[in-house]
Amino acid sequence: MKYTVKLFATLRENRGKILEMEKSGKTSIREITEELGIKADDVAILLLNGRDAKLDDYPSDGDTISIFPPVGGG
Amino acid sequence: MNGYNGTVLRVNLTDGKITREALNQDEARKFIGGRGLATKMLMDEIDPKIDALSPENKLIFVTGPLTGTPTPTGGRYMVVTKAPLTGTVASSNSGGYWGAELKFAGYDAVIFEGKSEKPVYLNIVDDQVELKDAQPLWGKLVSEATAQLEEEHGKKAKVAVIGPAGERLSKIAAIMNDRGRAAGRSGVGAVMGSKNLKAIVVKGSNKVSIADEAKLKEVFARCMTKIKENGVTGQGLPAYGTAVLVNIINENGVFPTNNFQESVFGEAEEISGETLAEKYLKKKDPCYRCPIGCGRYCEVDDIKGQGPEYETIWAYGSDCGVSNLGDIIKANYWCNEYGLDTISAGATIAAAMELYQKGLIKEEEITGAPSLEWGNSQAIIDWTKMMGAVEGYGAKMAEGSYRLCESYGVPELSMSVKKQELPAYDPRGIQGQGIQYATSNRGGCHVRGYMISPEILGLPEKLDRFTLDGKAEWSKIFQDFTAAIDSSGLCLFTSFAMGADDYADMVNAVCGSDYTGTDFIEAGERIWNLEKVFNLEAGIDPSQDTLPKRLLEDPIEEGPSKGWVTKLSELLPQYYSVRGWDEQGIPTDEKLKGLGLK
Ligand code: SF4
Repeated sequence: MKYTVKLFATLRENRGKILEMEKSGKTSIREITEELGIKADDVAILLLNGRDAKLDDYPSDGDTISIFPPVGGG
Repeated sequence: MNGYNGTVLRVNLTDGKITREALNQDEARKFIGGRGLATKMLMDEIDPKIDALSPENKLIFVTGPLTGTPTPTGGRYMVVTKAPLTGTVASSNSGGYWGAELKFAGYDAVIFEGKSEKPVYLNIVDDQVELKDAQPLWGKLVSEATAQLEEEHGKKAKVAVIGPAGERLSKIAAIMNDRGRAAGRSGVGAVMGSKNLKAIVVKGSNKVSIADEAKLKEVFARCMTKIKENGVTGQGLPAYGTAVLVNIINENGVFPTNNFQESVFGEAEEISGETLAEKYLKKKDPCYRCPIGCGRYCEVDDIKGQGPEYETIWAYGSDCGVSNLGDIIKANYWCNEYGLDTISAGATIAAAMELYQKGLIKEEEITGAPSLEWGNSQAIIDWTKMMGAVEGYGAKMAEGSYRLCESYGVPELSMSVKKQELPAYDPRGIQGQGIQYATSNRGGCHVRGYMISPEILGLPEKLDRFTLDGKAEWSKIFQDFTAAIDSSGLCLFTSFAMGADDYADMVNAVCGSDYTGTDFIEAGERIWNLEKVFNLEAGIDPSQDTLPKRLLEDPIEEGPSKGWVTKLSELLPQYYSVRGWDEQGIPTDEKLKGLGLK
């Protein structure tokens, strides 16, 4: 299964902005963030195709996951 | 008095008389200060029905009890007056250093009344207060006028000034202080211009007296820890400023594009906070005693200056289809120089672009001026200057988007509430923000109740942005809490980290008062209701508690919020009921009595 992982703000450091990932089986977002070395505490906003998601959600093939660290207001 | 100086300065511009009055302590207790107290003063002194640009209107510069004290972000002031843009009460908040300096000079507020025959400015040095000739300054841009006044009165002098936009009565003119900080919204700059008042220069040498230094130290330490440890105030805002929201809001599919015709901007990354930090950021530019420091200072080509903020990047960026961040920084710069509100200015250009797209603005009307094609980044700079100078077709746009669209018979194309341009969040995909926009006491605004915090950022807890459940209640709490914070003299951004008890404790340590957290929020509710009463008396009836037709009827076409409209007809009755108002949206006598307003 293929996922697009979009990282923002400080999470981009040493990781990049947009990562295309491929997994053979069912994978939770938590497993993906762990693989990227992103601590659960650093995940402040998590979106799956632009909708609120949880670390224990399982994305489907072609999904986009957007991850933000604690950020600001306007 | 502790916290407050106990003195209000009154300047009659018609006869040049300057007097000092004692601050009404009972009312200060009831309305905290700042936004609340000045709204009460305004209500007592003017008929809300008057023309905002007539000499009968009053212009109040007001601080809070925490302004100028050693508290985190304790440097805010507000401008309260009747707004020319909306006809509602205006209360525009600003940071920088000017507000604290007014406190050091010994005043809590300055009330301007009447109208000067010739351009003047007010110079305050502690007890010495005089009106001076401003004819040599008239017509000058903000930085020029500021530099000239600093040269005359010394670098320590803090300057609040209007640019050409305010002088020429643009309904979207701001009052600028410390060069790049703005009491931006609702056209407060035009009220200052209508009085022939160019600037207020202030220098003070006193300290604000503190009731309980030891207690303040303790509360200060507690709040500083919270601010530092909070992800938003400790990391996000310091690192990226408010612009970090560009990607967040866009990823949620609520980033208004091309005058709210779309809600996802394909080139968001190019105008994002991340790109700003990488390419243009020179340094941070915090306000007085601010440990957060969201303010930016950027440079592009020969332009350098404060900003841009998220809202500005949006208004000039995706709302106009523009993806050239360098040009957005330049447009922001000229907005500050001419003294225009960046949200209203950018959003008015966006509205003009839609009028042009629809063939309503004819080529011949704008011959010689830049094209109004979506995405034309030179246009946002040139039109800003023309609006700021209130010249040519720019004069028509300087009236704001509502009056512009109305002149073509299509007011519904103005993305505004109560004639004030909406900010950078599409409420169709954020239901609580929708009710908040519709009911805001100063029209289209995000800082009257920032529902983005729970609905998008998850603070203090994450709410589903599409559900209606509980949104009326949350909106009320956010509105009341915000009104109280604005009245205290602290920056609203502290509320990402601090709770009502923290503010109450801080005000108590400074003033020797005995607010509980509940009292603090109740004072906010009192202020909210007072503002509502002002608006009703001004003739702004509840039929104006609504949103542009597009947001109520046309579902978002693409992206993560696809298919949604704002469900205002369901939310509004809930909101009125939570507020304890009648079904028509009018505060009941019982409610007003309960809040001590009758
Ligand atoms: S958080 Fe930003 S706006 Fe608020 S006081 Fe600090 S620098 Fe100024």
